[in-house]
Amino acid sequence: MHPAPSIIFFTVFSGLGFGMLAFMGLGKPDVSGFTAFIFFFIAYALAVGGLISSTFHLGNPQRALKAFSQWKTSWLSREGCLAVATLLVMGLYAIGIIFFNTRIGLLGLLGAILAFCTVIGTSMIYGQIKTVPRWHHWTTPLIYIGYAMTGGALMTGQLRIATAGLVTIGALQVVAWIIGDKRFAEEGSTIETATGLGTIGKVRMFEAPHSSKNYLMKEMVHVIGRKHARNLRIIGVLLVSLIPWALLMFFPFNHFMALLAVLAHVAGALTTRWLFFAEAEHTVGLYYGQR
Amino acid sequence: MTQLPAQTDKKLGLVIDLDTCVGCHACVVSCKGWNTENYGAALSDQNAYGKDPSGTFLNRVHSYEVQPDQGAAQTIHFPKSCLHCEDAPCVTVCPTGASYKRVEDGIVLVNESDCIGCGLCAWACPYGARELDQAEGVMKKCTLCVDRIYNENLPKEDRQPACVRTCPAGARHFGDLGDENSDVSILVKTRGGFDLMPEQGTKPVNKYLPPRPKDEQIDILAPLLEPVAAEPTGFLGWLDKTLEKL
Repeated sequence: MHPAPSIIFFTVFSGLGFGMLAFMGLGKPDVSGFTAFIFFFIAYALAVGGLISSTFHLGNPQRALKAFSQWKTSWLSREGCLAVATLLVMGLYAIGIIFFNTRIGLLGLLGAILAFCTVIGTSMIYGQIKTVPRWHHWTTPLIYIGYAMTGGALMTGQLRIATAGLVTIGALQVVAWIIGDKRFAEEGSTIETATGLGTIGKVRMFEAPHSSKNYLMKEMVHVIGRKHARNLRIIGVLLVSLIPWALLMFFPFNHFMALLAVLAHVAGALTTRWLFFAEAEHTVGLYYGQR
Repeated sequence: MTQLPAQTDKKLGLVIDLDTCVGCHACVVSCKGWNTENYGAALSDQNAYGKDPSGTFLNRVHSYEVQPDQGAAQTIHFPKSCLHCEDAPCVTVCPTGASYKRVEDGIVLVNESDCIGCGLCAWACPYGARELDQAEGVMKKCTLCVDRIYNENLPKEDRQPACVRTCPAGARHFGDLGDENSDVSILVKTRGGFDLMPEQGTKPVNKYLPPRPKDEQIDILAPLLEPVAAEPTGFLGWLDKTLEKL
């Protein structure tokens, strides 16, 4: 799949923002006044910035409001509704904390649950896509939740949860890659099933229907860049998990160390999320003799 | 809207005969022509006369080589367009309700004024039947020429999809696949029509007819044309040896 920068930014930064909001809803950290404002400002900037970034790949973004209507069947619609609900609930909760020094625990809890569900919604936009076997698996929601909550813990200074989360997502990511590499074969779609000609013999692409790349190939048969996948996986897992974990474990904790850990984690998340798209193989590639 | 109907009154679709298709791409051209001039946003081209031309098409013809365990390989031309699946994954993923499957005839359509061009339906389709128009930013797909098949301003023989009407080989058939006794259903039954990627669970309405088995020995004269002598003799033999010595 084409690793569109707008989508990579959307999933990474909105995940981080909603992860932060989940922790703040639970009163972690228990801050008020201007400090609370700064925390909420960062969380909202990430969450909203991510959501805005996602509209950059739309063909007709002026009609984006219509996307809130089909929550009964569409995960993209559900994600949008959940995101807006989270931002509204957490907005009220934030006003209480920032201006009135009052924490309405129940409202915060509701906001935290909504933030958590928003991340599930984001993950299921990809997890529901059966045509991309690597995504259509339980590892996809786990990865998205793991990344969002670990990032959220890191950003809100929840040291113990963050260190545990960093190790967990590192392991989870490796597991997801090992499983993901086998998924396409597991689902059983081949050029023979795609053309239905397997009953005659082995099928090979003889002539493409068009002379240069079309939308389908640009969007769903992205094969360039995969050759560096192994190195990028190592870099990605080091940055997203091991380096920030080591920084938190073995160095005295201060704002500078925290910043370094956050930067490494985000750079790693962008790398692994790029791979999430670039390595994903869509069944339509079979019609072009590619994957 | 994006909930699929439990069942449709008719299942209009295409039956494509891979035995007959000669790969002339006439269906591709007539499809592009009709659907650019009629319903919905035109099918745009980008850089049509440049180095790297591309454009939106609702129908494309691939060509494959199939090598059986024994015998000669076959070339098979393979037209591909929307299969109007009964369990269409492209419809349910749509966040705006722009994509829908019609209850009356099962045609899968896009309401272009609701489409935000997110591309998720194209991702959800296993077959690559949907293309996002790069000029209009809306999703385009086969409409089964919904503006022809019910169009009473057209002569009766023209009330079928443009691709079917134009196919010079008679490789494309249009009809109600929900009706057991329709011509297309009988064709599918007698010729062993099959689904593309049944493992995806989409239950395509369109069916493909397999190429008929090829005759085992096509050329009866070939055995009589074996070379008479492997090594040249006489004058040619002398010439061969002399030239080799040089």
